[in-house]
Amino acid sequence: MQRYSGFSLVKHALSHHENWQRHWRNPAPKKRYDVIIVGGGGHGLATAYYLAKEFGATNVAVIEKGWLGGGNTARNTTIVRSNYLWDEAAQLYNHSLDLWKGLSQDLNYNVMFSQRGVLNLAHTLQDMRDVQRRVNANRLNGIDSEVVTPEQIKEIEPALDISKSARYPIMGASWQKSAGVARHDAVAWGFARGADALGVDLLQNTEVTGFKIRDGQVYGVHTNRGDIEAHTVGCVAAGNSGVLAKMAGLKLPLESHPLQALVSEPLKPILNTVTMSNHVHGYVSQSDKGDLVIGAGIDGYLGYGQRGSFPTIEHTLQAIVEMFPMFSRVRMNRQWGGIVDTCPDACPILSKTKVKGLYFNCGWGTGGFKATPGSGHVFAASLAKGEMHPIAAPFSIDRFNTGALIDEHGAAGVAH
Amino acid sequence: MFHIFCPYCQEYREEEEFHPSGQAHLIRPADPASVSDEEWGDYLFFRDNPRGIHHEMWVHRLGCRKFFNITRDTATYEILETYRMGEQPSITAANAEVRREQGVQTADGGWQTVGAQPENSRLNEETPS
Repeated sequence: MQRYSGFSLVKHALSHHENWQRHWRNPAPKKRYDVIIVGGGGHGLATAYYLAKEFGATNVAVIEKGWLGGGNTARNTTIVRSNYLWDEAAQLYNHSLDLWKGLSQDLNYNVMFSQRGVLNLAHTLQDMRDVQRRVNANRLNGIDSEVVTPEQIKEIEPALDISKSARYPIMGASWQKSAGVARHDAVAWGFARGADALGVDLLQNTEVTGFKIRDGQVYGVHTNRGDIEAHTVGCVAAGNSGVLAKMAGLKLPLESHPLQALVSEPLKPILNTVTMSNHVHGYVSQSDKGDLVIGAGIDGYLGYGQRGSFPTIEHTLQAIVEMFPMFSRVRMNRQWGGIVDTCPDACPILSKTKVKGLYFNCGWGTGGFKATPGSGHVFAASLAKGEMHPIAAPFSIDRFNTGALIDEHGAAGVAH
Repeated sequence: MFHIFCPYCQEYREEEEFHPSGQAHLIRPADPASVSDEEWGDYLFFRDNPRGIHHEMWVHRLGCRKFFNITRDTATYEILETYRMGEQPSITAANAEVRREQGVQTADGGWQTVGAQPENSRLNEETPS
């Protein structure tokens, strides 16, 4: 892999930037791998990267039915934060945030991680109690969360309407300064380039059509490009996890919903941070390009089409205009939908299954992007050792039968 | 945007009047105290989540406020039929293709229930208002 640097930029300028190396190879599938990752989104590519880099497993394939990072990795609002309520979730997301901090250097790829902070607004007394409880829990877990007053909020984000006459007046907020946003496509490309350089085969346009299972042990997958063998298979397929589970004769506690997001026309810099509100239910930040990146709730019905309904867009924009009345005449440029695999307790599933060697990493629902490096890292550790990593262990699928749920509906920021 | 036929109002109304309420035809264990953790967890949390034909419960929230069922394709979003609580779907994943050929097309391009039989007629009785 040719490393990127200021020097390489100058060198390639001399040849009019026509000789840059391709990011990754496009290899033909081998007959056998040690580990197969099904799903070439951010989490799958991160898993492959950390497997090769930290756990010495380089005979790895990532199987993707479309193109790399073409699903939810390319369809989210890029928010990175770790202010979750429960210890288990806080550890997982904070592990991820720690990896985000050094990710650009680690990958030699600019993922444009920008720690501009996140505000979670409170509009009612109960909201304030929830915010205080969550901030206290965060601080016990070493997360830099604090409660801020409306006046402090105005200093952080002057465009917000903090007036008493608002329909839902802002009473305060939680503020995580180390949170931020990152460039979503660059994350997928950076992990893909890094994994490829370490010898991982990235197989695009390859669809898994079934699992090869004998005596309760997986030994490969059927694909539209022939059978591929491996005794360890990790499924990281987000909205399509349920479809894969069915192929293996398993059932998951997931429901797949469309989650829509939209961006406005580019504006001059107006937002300093990421603003989220559970109560009026919307979240917004501004990309480096200048467009407002806006999201809100899922469409309530099951859906595998990467689109949603107009009423949801209308409610989303109502919420944004409630928080930022000055945006009422901003025009929206593009809208898209991703398929999110929501879990009953709004926490992911990182788990072994009844089939030996078959692992699932799914159920990230509406908030998986922030966890991309952390999820990949702990899942890679689990695949390499055959035992779930201590951070991943509480997220076993068994919790839906034992009752040890990790209820993060409050911190998830998206109602479902 | 869905245009949904409410089987109680007998009218097409816009999606915003309705609210989806998850998978239909879930059966609560008759004696919850005697089932295993496995069975109870399966009942509470595990869902079919199919890509294709799905039977789901909706409520006509801003209309008659009654619950009813919809058979819908989750990949194309096409509504294949709507039917009252207590009735069984006439279109299922197994017979969808046959029904498509024989069904009655409605004004909005969907397919309407033909002769769905009540599973339990008592559930389906209307109380005079």
